[in-house]
Amino acid sequence: MRHRTFFWFFLPTALAMLLFIAFPIVSVLLQSVFAPHQAVFVEVENCTPLVGCTTETAVDHDATRSLREAQPLGRFVGLDIYFDRAHLALTEVGEAWAGADTWGAFWGKVFNLPLYRALSFTLTFTFVVTPLLIVFGLMIALAVNSLHRRLKGLMIFFSLLPMIVTPLIGSLILFWMLDSRGVVGSALVALAGDPNFSLKASTGLTWVMLMVYGVWHAAPFAFVVFYAGLQTLPKDQLESAMIDGATRWQQVKYVVVPHLMPLVTFVALIQLMDNFRVFEPIVGFNAPAHATSLSWIIFNDLGGETRQLSAASTTSVLTIIGVAILLSPVLVRTWHDFKQKT
Amino acid sequence: MSVKAQRRPLGLQLAIIGFVVLWFILAAFPFIWTVWGSFKVELDFFSIADWTNVLTGERTRAAYGRPFTGAGYNGSWVQEEFWRNVLNTLIVCFFVVCTSLTIGTLGGYALSRSSYRYTFWLLIAALIFRAMPPITLVAGYMLPFFEWNVWGILPTTIIVLVAINQPFTLWMLHSFFQKIPKELDESAKVDGCTQFQAFRHVIIPVMWPGVITTGLFSFLLAYNDFAVTSMLLSESNRTMVPEIAAYLGTTYTEGNVMFAVAAVVSATVPLFILVMFFQRQIVSGLTAGAVKG
Repeated sequence: MRHRTFFWFFLPTALAMLLFIAFPIVSVLLQSVFAPHQAVFVEVENCTPLVGCTTETAVDHDATRSLREAQPLGRFVGLDIYFDRAHLALTEVGEAWAGADTWGAFWGKVFNLPLYRALSFTLTFTFVVTPLLIVFGLMIALAVNSLHRRLKGLMIFFSLLPMIVTPLIGSLILFWMLDSRGVVGSALVALAGDPNFSLKASTGLTWVMLMVYGVWHAAPFAFVVFYAGLQTLPKDQLESAMIDGATRWQQVKYVVVPHLMPLVTFVALIQLMDNFRVFEPIVGFNAPAHATSLSWIIFNDLGGETRQLSAASTTSVLTIIGVAILLSPVLVRTWHDFKQKT
Repeated sequence: MSVKAQRRPLGLQLAIIGFVVLWFILAAFPFIWTVWGSFKVELDFFSIADWTNVLTGERTRAAYGRPFTGAGYNGSWVQEEFWRNVLNTLIVCFFVVCTSLTIGTLGGYALSRSSYRYTFWLLIAALIFRAMPPITLVAGYMLPFFEWNVWGILPTTIIVLVAINQPFTLWMLHSFFQKIPKELDESAKVDGCTQFQAFRHVIIPVMWPGVITTGLFSFLLAYNDFAVTSMLLSESNRTMVPEIAAYLGTTYTEGNVMFAVAAVVSATVPLFILVMFFQRQIVSGLTAGAVKG
């Protein structure tokens, strides 16, 4: 295809991505180094006869407005927002380092800072849920694959539901069941033998609940991919393994899993990126008191009456850096594939 | 392969069946439970007195004279005017799917038919864009949208969702078009067609399976999105998902949880139907990237 033709075919989609993905990234970068204008103060002298003169400081509304209109981005502050308490909090971390005697005390203080608190949950969620959903998905795929043909279709239908359903809605459905008055919740209360037992009350249990949701939501994806992989299993290799006396477990370990390995890598890479943006379950489970994520912080800063664009932008940039680190192995892999092809 | 060697010992067979049943319950029971419970009153749906109430509908019978009630649906659809949000979702999904398929097909086709090196870099750029969490972009939209006075309306959200959709659409359609033999449009060009005519008369008639699969995923993205729609739509223009999220704040205090339950079920039913009819396409779409890569 000639360059000219390519250009015209590709223009609409390129424009859409440029205007609404590339520019916003630049805009987010810019906003993260600008802070909103402070109000302009003027000193007003009030003179009353007999009493004398007093000077008062008042907000000059006209000047403030005209300043905001002239420079809607705000004033340039460099990397200040990155280092403030709501983000990397260098001062606070430094103080915690100087003041704490043990590692435990240090981390305890650091994890009370909003960004580190969110980061600790986001990373724990990502690196606990991803391996679990791969193992779980593989187990479902192996089990469903051994079923009767008719049952397979039915199982695939029901298995797709947790993944296809809107994340917020899926987490709400689970949340209502796990509520201490919900069906599973009250069963747990009965099991625990403590009428005040609640999954929502403790940080640890909230984390477990969110991770259970994460596995429930994403395991079907792993299942479908692995199930497709099982259909192309090399029959002759399995047969010769069997003739050599391999047990069922050995067949799975030495034939099936190596065959599925490229798919495992694929699922792991996709899910690492997707779990890193965990957000909707925190809203659905009403869990911000116990668990926050990077995406949730951005959402929280942007919402409400005061739209804190600068703070949200800074967290966005930090999140994008995190995604870039997670994405780098994928990019390297794609680059190698490309070089092999050409 | 002999059948006997493949036969599983009884214990293993039972373990497999047990596991499948367990997964079936995990996957399906929450939905069945919520659909069933949405026709009850709150006291039955949440086991205040006794969890068997939800099966017998004791409190529902006490309140409405029969074990099932549409009060939750009436409350959300009529009283809270949930139908407006349903309508907004329909509009958003329809236009997002149409627009993103139109421009995505052109772009994906161009990528699959050009052999220059820049196609690789364009695909890499799309991959990076695909990895961006949409919420990180939202802060960048706010200021310009307020300046131009386009914040809060449906068209803006549609365009943003189309753009966010593009990277994935391009990857899917690119790999799909690569499977259509190049000779088809080459021969049309030899016969005197321009590239666009070749696309129009030769490729369009055979591209529908791939386009439908991609369209399903575009639809799901637009339908399921919460981060962008909740931030970019004003209160009167909300789609279903942000509206349900907004319910939570008010219903918990007013004791109208059943409105939210009914709205949640209403928003899930279209997805049920979608999976029922397009199961094969969804599965093939999910595995397309994996098997290729």
